[in-house]
Amino acid sequence: MIELRGLRKVFGPTVALEEIDLSVPAGEIHGIVGRSGAGKSTLIRCLTGLERPSSGTVSIDGVDITDQSGSGLREARRNIGMVFQHVNLLDSRTALHNVAHPLQIAGVSKSERLAKARELLDFVGLGDRVDNFPAQLSGGQKQRVGIARALAAEPKVLLCDEPTSALDATTTDQILGLIRSLRDRLGITVLIITHEMSVIREICDSVTLLADGRVAKTGKLAEVISEPGSDLAKDLVPLPPIGLDDSDTALVEVSLAGTSLPQVLTCAQSAGVGAEAILAGAVETIEGKQIGRIRFTVAGAAQSKELIAALVADGIYAEEAA
Amino acid sequence: MNDPTWLNNPAITQQMLPATIETLLMTLWSTGLAVLIGLPLGIWLFTSSKGGLKARPALYRVLSLIVDITRSIPFIILIIALIPFARFVVGSALGWQATVVSLTIGAIPFYARLVENSLREVSEGKVEAALMMGASHGQVIRQVYVPEAKPGLIGAATVTSVTLVSYTAMAGAVGGGGLGALAISYGYQRYQADTMIACIIVLVLIVALIQFIGDRLARAVDHR
Repeated sequence: MIELRGLRKVFGPTVALEEIDLSVPAGEIHGIVGRSGAGKSTLIRCLTGLERPSSGTVSIDGVDITDQSGSGLREARRNIGMVFQHVNLLDSRTALHNVAHPLQIAGVSKSERLAKARELLDFVGLGDRVDNFPAQLSGGQKQRVGIARALAAEPKVLLCDEPTSALDATTTDQILGLIRSLRDRLGITVLIITHEMSVIREICDSVTLLADGRVAKTGKLAEVISEPGSDLAKDLVPLPPIGLDDSDTALVEVSLAGTSLPQVLTCAQSAGVGAEAILAGAVETIEGKQIGRIRFTVAGAAQSKELIAALVADGIYAEEAA
Repeated sequence: MNDPTWLNNPAITQQMLPATIETLLMTLWSTGLAVLIGLPLGIWLFTSSKGGLKARPALYRVLSLIVDITRSIPFIILIIALIPFARFVVGSALGWQATVVSLTIGAIPFYARLVENSLREVSEGKVEAALMMGASHGQVIRQVYVPEAKPGLIGAATVTSVTLVSYTAMAGAVGGGGLGALAISYGYQRYQADTMIACIIVLVLIVALIQFIGDRLARAVDHR
């Protein structure tokens, strides 16, 4: 549904995006993560045709939008619903008329577009707030209106640019739940740009990590998280911080991908190395699989090397933790 | 009973009302025309400026220069300079209709500049959102910029209108009619302090009324 091929964008001497290849099949929720300056914003601006790539193609539902300009581009954009971090509702319009706006732009008759807007506001749970102005709505309610508006023209693709970054935790969960239900009920393809790992963990089927304008990693969420030793996995399933004041103990970190905790402990015992205590663990169940990491303390650097060797010999990923 | 001032002064009892009506007509007509022409000009200024929908720096500099030149000419000079043009448009260089021509031309660049500034207040994100819905530039202007800036545009029209009231008084000095002409020909040239004071009081009331209506309208359309 969304296909990026060899996308490259330069601003003068600065390379913002380089060799971006990405493919999101229909009905999938794909997340794009990266630090500030990694190229996320440029990528979304290229996807929407607000920015023209220096080279490469962006195709959405088979239409190459880098080819389009003028009315062709406006037409192509109607296939894309966009949800913004700051929502960008018009203060001069009620919720109903904000949701109807894309249809007004497309030239749909007034009665028809208002009926559709009413239906969509019902769908996002704001059926009783149709006549409220944005100033009368909470942050979460505004984002619901924003989502309803993005859906008005029945787009095939929903682009969400940091949709929950301005919201509190509970509201974030509600909005993410809404986005998931859109995919489930409407079969829409969703691309979410975010810096919040929790958003990726909550609702994404697949994920791409951008770093310095390049794809540092991409794949199914479960695969990316279970990949031992990957930095993205560590960011996605973070361990609580540990304060060690004893320099005699060493830390060993074990990935639970493809193994289980009892198996790890048995292996340690048979190697004759005492794993003294589990200091921290983070385990997530993703697509029915338990994925996560465990940190042990061991007495001294020599022991830790021995334990790691024994675990690795058994096909379990382990490393000395920093 | 022989005191010829105030209510025994025919300048007040007989000429005050028609002069007030003339001043109101001049102010209303010139405000209306200045908004009608200044709004599109202001939009044009804004869209061609840097960061506008269709940035054209060279055009912007030319428009901007014309606006600034017109704004910096003292109004009394502008009226005199426009006498031939006013005569061409309304057939006479005297009377309130002729004054409306100069008032309008003086107020257009003033209002246009205020419009440009009001439009600049509309957040970039709202415009991008509309563009993402497939809106054309015309749609963005009509459906986003103008409605979102409406409180500011009304405020700008109020300021323009109040400025025009004082300009009508100035126009009275060169045969423009209205309260300004009355104040100058009777209050000043014939030393009638009562006529002068009465004119000033009515002008103050007119300004207060315009400001009141303008504030009410701006608040009525402001949903922020």
